[in-house]
This record gives sequence, C-alpha cells and structure tokens, in this order.
Amino acid sequence: MIPISHYLILSAVMFTIGCAGVLTRRNAIIIFMCIELMLNSVNLTFVAFSAYLGDSAGQIIVFFVMAVAAAEAAVGLAIVLALFRNKKSVDINDVNILKW
Amino acid sequence: MDVLDIAIALIKIVVMFVVVLLTVAELVYTERKISAWIQNRVGPNRVGWLGLLQPYADVVKLLLKEDIVPAAANRFIHTLAPVISIGVAFSTLAVIPIAGPTITLFGRTVHMVIADVNVGILYVLALTSMGVYGLTLSGWASNNKYSLLGGLRSAAQMISYELSMGLSLIGVIMITGSLQLTDIVHHQHGWMWNLVLQPVGFITFLVASFAETNRAPFDLPEAEPELVGGYHTEYSSFKFALFFLAEYANMITSSAVITTLYLGGWQVPYLETFGLSDGWMVLVQILAFMLKVAFLLFFFQWVRWSVPRFRYDQLMNLGWKVMLPLAIANIVLTGALLLFL
Amino acid sequence: MSYTDAFFYFFAALTVGSALVVTFSRSVIYAAFALLFTFLGVAGLYVLLQADFLAVAQIMVYVGGILILLLFGVMLTTRVTNAEITTGTVQGLPATVVVGILLGTLILLVSRATWNVQESLPDVTGTTTEIGERLLTTFLLPFEIAGILLLVAIMGAAMIARSTDKTKEAA
Repeated sequence: MIPISHYLILSAVMFTIGCAGVLTRRNAIIIFMCIELMLNSVNLTFVAFSAYLGDSAGQIIVFFVMAVAAAEAAVGLAIVLALFRNKKSVDINDVNILKW
Repeated sequence: MDVLDIAIALIKIVVMFVVVLLTVAELVYTERKISAWIQNRVGPNRVGWLGLLQPYADVVKLLLKEDIVPAAANRFIHTLAPVISIGVAFSTLAVIPIAGPTITLFGRTVHMVIADVNVGILYVLALTSMGVYGLTLSGWASNNKYSLLGGLRSAAQMISYELSMGLSLIGVIMITGSLQLTDIVHHQHGWMWNLVLQPVGFITFLVASFAETNRAPFDLPEAEPELVGGYHTEYSSFKFALFFLAEYANMITSSAVITTLYLGGWQVPYLETFGLSDGWMVLVQILAFMLKVAFLLFFFQWVRWSVPRFRYDQLMNLGWKVMLPLAIANIVLTGALLLFL
Repeated sequence: MSYTDAFFYFFAALTVGSALVVTFSRSVIYAAFALLFTFLGVAGLYVLLQADFLAVAQIMVYVGGILILLLFGVMLTTRVTNAEITTGTVQGLPATVVVGILLGTLILLVSRATWNVQESLPDVTGTTTEIGERLLTTFLLPFEIAGILLLVAIMGAAMIARSTDKTKEAA
C-alpha cells in the first residue's frame, strides 16, 4: 500500500520540474509543455486525495482543469502561430514590442 | 491471478495476433482481386492456387529489400513511428468481445474477450486518437516535404473526424447506459441492433471510420498525384511493410468496432431457440462476428475502388459542416426519444 | 512489495524521467515526445488510484488533443528541411534557487504533515456513474461554464490563428 505522501511528493517533484522549465526555457512551445506538466501534477494531487478520502469531488475538479487546459492549449497555439507569422520566431525574448 | 490466468490471457493475445495477421494477408489478396473485378481485370492468379499465395510472396519481397533511412532523417523517430501505428492498431482489439457465453478451459471460466474494460468505448476512442502519432511523427521524421504534408494532413483529418466519431457514439451510450462493450453487445439482443435504433449515428460513425483509417475516399494523407506516397514516402522494406500492415489492421479494427457497436457484435437473432450447448453457441457467435466483420471489410474495399478521392477542402467541409451537425442532431433526437418514449 | 506498488514506482519513474526530458531536452520534438510518456505515466497512476474514467479521459484529452496541437505548433513553426529544432536555456542560477526552495518547502510540508486519510483504498468498481451524476447535479454550474469556456476558446483561437492578410497565407 503506497502512502499518500508518495503521491504528493511525486506531484511536487513534477510541479517543480515544470516550474523550472517555465523559468529557464525561452521557446514558447516548450513553456506550454511545462505548464501542462504543472497542471498534470496538480491533477495528480487531486486524484490522489479523491481516492484516499473516498470522495469523487477531486476527480470532478480534474475534469474542469482538463477543460481549461484544452482551452489554454487551443488559444495558446493560436497565439504562437500568430506570433510566428509576424516575427518568424517562437522565442519569447523576441516578443517585446509592447516593452517601453 | 496466477500462472494459469496469465497463460490464458497470453493465449488469447497470440490467437488474436495470428488471426489478424492472416486476415491482413488475405485482405491484401481480396483487395487486389476486388479492384481487378471492378476494373474488369483478372488480378493476381500466378502464385499458388488462384493467386492465393500472392500476399506471402509480396511480404517476402518487401522483407528482402534494403531498409533505407534518409541521411537527414531523425533515425529514432523514423523507426519508432511505424511501431506506434501497428501497436495502436492491435491494442484496440483487446476490448472487443467476440462471443457471449463463457467456456471452461483447464477449470477456469474463459471470457471471449481479452480485457473487458468498464470504460471500453473510451478506451477505443483514446487509442484511435493515439494512432495519429504514428502518421504525424513518420511524416516529420522523414524530413521530406511530401511526408510532412501527408503527416499534417492526416493529423488534421483524424482530429476533425474523431469529433464526429465520438459524438455519434454518444447515441449508443445513451441507449445502453454503459461504456462497457460487452454490455453494449448484450443490449443489442435479437434484432434490436444499434443499426436499427441509431441509423444516423451509424452513418456518421461509418464515414468517420473511413476517415480515421485513411481509406479512400478519404485517403488524402497518401494522395499519390500530389504527395508521392504521403507520410510513408521515405519508408522501405520492413518499416513500409509495418505501415502497410497497420493500414489493414486498422481496417479490421474499425470493422470490429463498428460490428460491436452497431451490428450487434456476436449476436445472432433467434440463436437461443435452438437450444445449443455453450460450446456450440460460442462457435456460432464467433463465426457470426467474423462474417459481419468480413462484410464490412468487403464494404471498405468496395467503396475504395468505386468512389473517387475527395479534395482536401471538401473533406474538411464534410467533416465540420455535415458530419458534426448530424452527429449533434442525432444526440438531441436520441435524448428526446429516450425522454418522451 | 506487492505488484501494484511496483507499478506505482514504475509509473512514477516514467513520469519524472520523461518530465525531466521535457524540461531539459534541447530538441523541441523530443520534448513533445517525452511529454507523451509523462501523460501516459500520469494516466497509469490514475488507474492505480482507481480513477479509470479519468485515466482514459487523460489519454483522450491530453494525448489525443493537447499534445497533437502542440506537435502541430512545432511542425508549423519550423522549417521543413530543418530536422533538429533546438533551443537553449537561460537564467540557470536564479531558476535553480527558486525551484530548489519550492521543492524543499513542498517536500518538507508533505512529509511532516499527518494526513487524515483512510487506511486503505476503498474498492471502487467504476467511477463513471458517480462522476456523471455529480457533474449534472452538484457541479452543474461549473460544468456549464466549462462548456461556455471551451466554446469561447474555440472561437477565439480560430480568430487569432486566421491570417488577416489573404495574400500571405501563413503555413
């Protein structure tokens, strides 16, 4: 029987890996992937608590997170494509025309 | 779960593999024969009796060819892509039930399905959506513009049609009230096949399956006049054989899924009135299941050699402006009928 | 150690290992590929946690939807003849510090807390019915709002991605 803390530590590790990616990478698509990693780690926490508490509410929240993640991916990809069309690059350091 | 259970599961898997592989070989033969008849030719007739050994000769020829990987290709993904395609095509078959009653073997009750997952329909959909990776990655890894275009097309096509596929399934799920494939088959008792209860859903699902398997008239990813060979332009020898195998295995898989969901699976009307023993029932039902699948496979090939290929914009228009609204209307109609009847 | 425990460590290793590849791989396409395995690993963990419906939904939504979109993004934003799409990292030191503090705090918190949970997993056979019922009763409003969110996102994405200038149709 795996104690719940194992699941929580696993998801903490996943979250920090994703966080490290968002902080260090400069490719917009990789940053997206890392955000998905962080969302997944949070989902894992929800499901773990849902299972160990015997309450399905956690799993339902995961559904909403998935819906938001899907919406985020669609809009995000559209923005990346628009960006690529204008700048010929997906490096977020090149996105500086709003910088004063 | 002990050794015997695992052995039984392994036997089922091996039997499934052998049956599918043999069927693929004969499918290649029937495809060539049917196309020959439709085009008023003779077709293969030299290797073996009536040319029946032709596919085996083809396989040997393919395997003896040189395996070429383009210099600028990504070797790892180039090799992995056909494996993904074939793996996905086979693993879907694990949840398809092929007969109703259980038989007793070595003192165990054996169910006529490899894995009776209680979210079976979703498992099928999830694996279908994974099939896109094989084509997309092969297109990308070949580092060839025709391959890439073929791969991108297949991805766009499969995503578009997956939507109407999933939505047409909802009608079946609403009627059955279960996601388990065995429940769905049990529910189609006698003549109450979902084909009768869900005619619109059946048509949208069938068309979507054609698109998902990249068969004509939706074989845009490998449209020869414009894209050379599509995603498998840069593949040769064994890897090409794997793609070829995957295409036909996919046809078998989707025929089996359509049979299970809409044509009553292994159900044979009035079979229980004959009072057969369980062993004979299983045999008759497996036979019935295979006959239904065989008919659908013939239908796939018949359509391929009779209907011209769609243009890409026609394909997208059909998917988003006809299939999707039809599937949604089907859900609304089914819901209304279930509520008021 | 029972074999379900072994499965936990296998999926955990798969998830963390491929997550590391996602974050630190120099090739975008390998990162996307590793992310596939992360999603599959998380789906496996869901199965171990008896969330069968969620596990399949995870594969359908993340693997079948989001990751395909990301792959599209990778393929459309790079040149066809350029097989290796690489990108480096920046801000190594500050990121390490922040991430180290975050990880340390989280692990410390998780390991020192006493979790008020059940001793063993309740034996659930299928969560689909319960999830469906609760989605359409207790959680009806969030459910509807999620639907509207998706609709708005589709329309917004189509609008942003559409090329305004017809003469230079991108990609």
